[in-house]
Amino acid sequence: MRFKKGHVILRVFLGVLAFVCCYPIIFLLTGAFMGQGEAAENLRPVFAGGEGFAAWSLIPFQPTFRSCVELIFDTPDFFVMFWNSMKITGGILAGQALFGIPAAWGFARYRFRFHRGLFFLYIAMMMMPFQVMMLSDYLVIKQMNLMDTMGAILLPGIFSTLPVFIICQFFKEIPEELLEAARIDGAGEGDIFFRVGLPLGKAGIISAMVLQFLECWNMLEQPMAFFKTPSLWPLSMFQPQITAETAGTAFAASVFALLPAIWVFLAGHEFLEQGIQGYYSRGSASAGRHTG
Amino acid sequence: MSFCAVRKCVRKMIMKYEMEIKKMVSLYYFRLSAARGGRSRDRWGLAFVLPSLAGVLAFYVLPYLDVIRRAFVRTMTGEFAGLSNFRQVLGNPAFCLAAANTARMMGVSVPILVVCSLMLAVPLQKGIQGGTWYKSGLLIPMAIPAASVVLLWQCIFARQGFLNGLLHLFGIPGTDWMNTGYAFAILVFSYVWKNLGYSVILWIAALEGIPAEIHEAARIDGAGEWVIFFRITVPNLFSAFFTITVLSLINSFKVFREAYLVAGDYPDESIYMLQHLFNNWYRNLDVDKMAAGAVLSGAVLLALVSLFWKRWEGK
Repeated sequence: MRFKKGHVILRVFLGVLAFVCCYPIIFLLTGAFMGQGEAAENLRPVFAGGEGFAAWSLIPFQPTFRSCVELIFDTPDFFVMFWNSMKITGGILAGQALFGIPAAWGFARYRFRFHRGLFFLYIAMMMMPFQVMMLSDYLVIKQMNLMDTMGAILLPGIFSTLPVFIICQFFKEIPEELLEAARIDGAGEGDIFFRVGLPLGKAGIISAMVLQFLECWNMLEQPMAFFKTPSLWPLSMFQPQITAETAGTAFAASVFALLPAIWVFLAGHEFLEQGIQGYYSRGSASAGRHTG
Repeated sequence: MSFCAVRKCVRKMIMKYEMEIKKMVSLYYFRLSAARGGRSRDRWGLAFVLPSLAGVLAFYVLPYLDVIRRAFVRTMTGEFAGLSNFRQVLGNPAFCLAAANTARMMGVSVPILVVCSLMLAVPLQKGIQGGTWYKSGLLIPMAIPAASVVLLWQCIFARQGFLNGLLHLFGIPGTDWMNTGYAFAILVFSYVWKNLGYSVILWIAALEGIPAEIHEAARIDGAGEWVIFFRITVPNLFSAFFTITVLSLINSFKVFREAYLVAGDYPDESIYMLQHLFNNWYRNLDVDKMAAGAVLSGAVLLALVSLFWKRWEGK
């Protein structure tokens, strides 16, 4: 019986914690569907000063689509930024698929010269935070005359080494016997990659893509450093001058920025979990499996 | 004999000896791959890696080597400067403040994160009802853009925000949370909030690596749940503990986004971190200092990574 009671407490605790984690989403939704007047009334003290404190309610008193409609029809900037975010994210993901997946396959299944050294290099690069690489990024971008163009974000993003690492963990799990069998049947190394590697490593590829989507969609430091022209800015830099009157619009904008990320999260959270686990269990489970 | 008859004859023979032929062919291929295989096949590996490697070298490695060169050179005159750039950076009070804050941030937030996530991972790994829901709930912060979180914080922690409003109800005078020492605590909270799910998933993976038989055996010997946890689970988790700590340390650099969005270029002194400093150097294009700073922090991170690598390689 006592065990049971502990169980209930634990579940309540976990529930509260999960609610705290999700609360920002609820908060933004509430704000987005609140009438402009209501939001302004609630948040005036935060953005405009004056007497009293900000107030809030769990659900809006008069729910309306007013803020969302206003954002969509009266804020052309917002559209440009949304489109820019799409371009950046799509471009980087496509490039990573093109260059990263074969590289992961190469690292996972072959032992070439400098194999270990190069893989260490990849891991080191994946761990470096942007601020450390900022100057070197700047130098190369300036050298290539890419400053203030999409290429300044796309090219370094495409060659980010994190997806290579994650996908590699999954490729390593494919049993070597399978590849041997394919070779005996006369498949070339290219065939093996397309016919065996890609289908069996699908989970890893999707995991890496989900992780990278979230990363790129919320990218902030790079555009801030390398884009001067506002027409290039992605959604993550959309910060309208918030006043109490426009608070509703700001909330609606945040919700629109949130939606694609949440959609990807909900569609791929299982893959996301697998991808994160790639750091730990897969790495230690398959290290040194094939030393040939 | 007509051509047709020959074909028939050959087909008959092939059908008869199909198994033998296949065996022979496969043996031949096997010998072949064993004899010359190793090396020529591995050249394929390099071919797979090469396009990506070219990009990585061009966009990350070579420019970074250039940065290392610049760290020892005075940009204005182009002459060799020895260690003077490093001396300049290390003697810079802003750098000392930022480095100390970054270290303090890591020292406080990483242990909190690692311990909390382990405490959550243990019951979740045992499999309670609706476990996947809780896990997903904990992971969701990964998907929430920093800008959206910041909007919530402004409302909560502003001088006239929700928190002060709540405190006012109880007659406690509030403060301007983001512009006092409390900003540090808020940042720690946001880091834990954002990375909790991530670490829980890692811990669960680690826990699943412990064979269930050990737990069974202990339970049969009459050990209680807590004894099992401290005597069996914890000792088995050391390598995972190490990996997760290093990853958390490295991730703690990303908390800057929130700090920047809430407080801008020059936040409260307690959360002025290395990232702010780099940003400000970048704005002034202070190449000497940036290069020296990038080399210093890169070296520290490289040391962390090589520890991680050793563990991870398992050798």
